[in-house]
Amino acid sequence: MALIPTPSQTVGPYFAIGCAPGNCDSLAAPDAAGKHIVISGRVLDGDNAPVPDALLEIWQANSYGKYAHPEDTQDKPIEPGFRGYGRIPTDDHGKFRFRTIQPGPVPGPDGKPQAPHLEVSLFARGLLRRLVSRIYFPDETANETDFALSRVEPQRRGTLIARKMPGQSAQFEWDVILQGAGETVFFDC
Amino acid sequence: MTVASIPGYRRAGQGQHPVNAHAAYASSLKRAPSQPLIHLPHTLSEITGPTFEHFPDDPKAADLTLGRGGQAIGERIVVSGRVLDEAGRPVRRTLVELWQANAGGRYRHLVDQRPDVALDPNFDGCGHTLTDPEGRYRFVTIRPGEYPWRNHYNAWRPAHIHFSVFGPAFATRLVTQMYFPGDPLLPFDPIYNATADEEARKRLISAFDWESTIPNTALGYRFDIVLSGRDATPMEL
Repeated sequence: MALIPTPSQTVGPYFAIGCAPGNCDSLAAPDAAGKHIVISGRVLDGDNAPVPDALLEIWQANSYGKYAHPEDTQDKPIEPGFRGYGRIPTDDHGKFRFRTIQPGPVPGPDGKPQAPHLEVSLFARGLLRRLVSRIYFPDETANETDFALSRVEPQRRGTLIARKMPGQSAQFEWDVILQGAGETVFFDC
Repeated sequence: MTVASIPGYRRAGQGQHPVNAHAAYASSLKRAPSQPLIHLPHTLSEITGPTFEHFPDDPKAADLTLGRGGQAIGERIVVSGRVLDEAGRPVRRTLVELWQANAGGRYRHLVDQRPDVALDPNFDGCGHTLTDPEGRYRFVTIRPGEYPWRNHYNAWRPAHIHFSVFGPAFATRLVTQMYFPGDPLLPFDPIYNATADEEARKRLISAFDWESTIPNTALGYRFDIVLSGRDATPMEL
């Protein structure tokens, strides 16, 4: 490799002016196949204070477990109404909320399917480099053998699994704790 | 080739990216994770990512100086370059977004209430474009002003433009900042200096460029952006 990669730098506090045109908190067209869900949560710092200037980006497969990308060569349908990308800023209280569909399982490098998950990039003032995490779903037996989850110490795996909202089968909560007790697991990506 | 044997993307070398826990940058103190990152070999989820094949071209979005019926105030500049991978191959048709302060050093953002600098009604400070088949992009904008911030006593950010680039995969996503050659504030800026490797850090500084300079109109600056390249070997277990 001949060229040194360009280093990351923080998005700073003013990213909203540059990124607003690309914001998208509704990832799925109404007719997209699969279970339509809402995921919401908060981003909290090491003092448990809300982070009002964070930006989440989501990347995920559709309900068949197919990514809308040329390198996903699986024989599964791509949907015109589902691109799999979302971008959601936190509000003044550090909260975010987006609508999507629950993804299907995608293949893992060990030949086993990965448990259904969303990829998350988190940007914020104070982060010199994005943080990468994943959102998994509760009650999925595939979580127990998942390629990425199995690399995480058992007591921290829960930070990657969304919570069901009582009485709401299509609503999930997932918080990001940047630092300290209950710190969310972040991956080197 | 099966999806289980597609090569992943290269990881940057030691010091080529900043680490989040960087004491000189005060905002990182309560936001940087305290636990080490967990190494995740790239899977299909990381080697795919949003594509922009059908993103609408909008030439106006690449000229930040057009304003609303008037010309933006300040020194007009052309910022152009290529988005490449580490092997020097062009990254085609990828979205490049940018945002910046105005000529006086103020952002059009609610949080920026700098009392001594006015907003420019003809300058919003944001734009976007797609790279062409050779990976090239080009913006016309205003040279942003330096501005004070509260990180430490008498702290000033060097003039900079924020860049956001996607590249071909989730793994190649990059947000960075472009600086200007010879800026006397660079040696004192904790954000610029958060990248330990000096050669990598220099990538953040644009170069004055005669080729893109427009006579009587605008100086040209060249800023090439290098994203993670492909690993030579497949992901394996």
